[in-house]
Amino acid sequence: MSFLPDRALDHLRQVTESPDFSATRYQVEEEIGRGGMGIVYRAWDSRLERRVALKVMDSGFAINQEAKLLAQLEHPGLAPVYDAGSLPDGRVYYAMRLIEGRRLDDFLRQESSLPARLRIFEKICEAVAFAHNHGVIHCDLKPQNIMVGQFGEVFVVDWGVARAIDDAAMPTAGTPPYMAPEQSRSREQPLDARTDVFALGRILQDLMPPSPPRPLAAIARKASAPDPAGRFGDVRQLAADISLFLDGLPVTAYRDTVPERLARFWRHNQVLLLLLSAYLAVKLILFFLAPALK
Amino acid sequence: MPYDSDTAMGGPHRPFPTTRHSLIDCAAGTGTLAREALESIASVYWKPAYKHVRIQWKRSNEEAKDLVQGFFAALIEQHILASFDPSKARFRTFLKACLDHFVMKLDESANRLKRGGGVTTVFDFDAAERELAGSPSVEDVFLREWQRQMFALGLQDLRELCHTHGKPLHYRIFEQYDMADAGRPSYADLAAQHHIPVTGVTNYLAWARRELRRLVLLRLRSVTSGDPECQAEMHVLFRKMT
Repeated sequence: MSFLPDRALDHLRQVTESPDFSATRYQVEEEIGRGGMGIVYRAWDSRLERRVALKVMDSGFAINQEAKLLAQLEHPGLAPVYDAGSLPDGRVYYAMRLIEGRRLDDFLRQESSLPARLRIFEKICEAVAFAHNHGVIHCDLKPQNIMVGQFGEVFVVDWGVARAIDDAAMPTAGTPPYMAPEQSRSREQPLDARTDVFALGRILQDLMPPSPPRPLAAIARKASAPDPAGRFGDVRQLAADISLFLDGLPVTAYRDTVPERLARFWRHNQVLLLLLSAYLAVKLILFFLAPALK
Repeated sequence: MPYDSDTAMGGPHRPFPTTRHSLIDCAAGTGTLAREALESIASVYWKPAYKHVRIQWKRSNEEAKDLVQGFFAALIEQHILASFDPSKARFRTFLKACLDHFVMKLDESANRLKRGGGVTTVFDFDAAERELAGSPSVEDVFLREWQRQMFALGLQDLRELCHTHGKPLHYRIFEQYDMADAGRPSYADLAAQHHIPVTGVTNYLAWARRELRRLVLLRLRSVTSGDPECQAEMHVLFRKMT
């Protein structure tokens, strides 16, 4: 057996992994991402004359679960699947909308406004809640799997390890520290929507400033509680609490202290309280001045 | 659309090609079958092991030869493979840890190793020694040599496949283009040289690459514990880790 030099080895590793799309309508332009389940390429669809994202899965199997799941979920926060097929070497691919945008972690480096970040978080929750509503849990939510478009649109991507909520037979996957504890205790404890709630809680922690407002910290803490029973029951409840926080209202995850309640009451009724104070002051002045004026 | 590469805890497990059964289960047993299975495993791992011992453990070539032969003998004599637990580590990691433990234990006892020990595979240590001249960093040597050996065995399988299926030109073109040391020839040059159209060259190349991938995967499957490990090792074998 002759020696395989480093250069030849690297070349062989590359050419044996490069997908052969020559018999399809797609022309691969460049690799744009890779994950645990496959590689994503930017490609040109010569039939419809548009750019698409092609995801080539690592292994070959007849019908790709990720493509099937995504095809059933039509939501502005989920990239639509256009096409699916298999390559001559047996690997499966599917074409989907090419999303132009930044990953959430990149977005966070450039966007420091907490309300802006939380509005993005609400949109993430919307897309995930939609999937849950259709019986699908993502299982690998993390900033790297969330894209933020130029106009603040949000896409939840990489549904490669997603599973039906009631599919107890499916093995688990995930990425620490966004992976819920029950994911590593697979089969002992069934996964449900709260598994994604945990990951969203961790993502929320990434969004928060170093010294976050207490109610917000409490929301994140509740969402990422180790015990699923201690978390929000579903993503909608989590999103509702975020919405309450953005509106300056009490959140369910946090019980305000008396000074905090007073401060909140002051913030919400500032004008009324000022008018009332002015009225009382005038009344008081008049009360004391009245005898003198007589 | 960037996807993160660190989804690292398993995932939906899909069926892989199953024409080769896992050698690990067989090698963990006893008797002739176990010995043959171990020889197949050794064909993949002896070179990474030898270079690892030479570089990481800084042993002379004679010492490394003894250690590697002794290690593979110990694997079967001490039923070490029976303790492999796929839920705890990949087989490659397990084997490397066993090798390190083996070398360390020998250091402690300072016992001399008996050569051979029943594994009949003949290792070409001289060739491995020559290859060491251009070896990579100390940390990666085991991994790199494992990749190299997997592809080298895959190429050997491809050559045999082309020979038995009457496709020598496929292999010749593949060799001239994909195995070129320096200055890859153009498709047109190859087409002119072999009196075939340029599309013939690209088709032959595509076929050979596809087959090589399949053959390497078959080899990989035989030295992994199952689909999850095979899938994880595929990433290491084919992809540049980012």
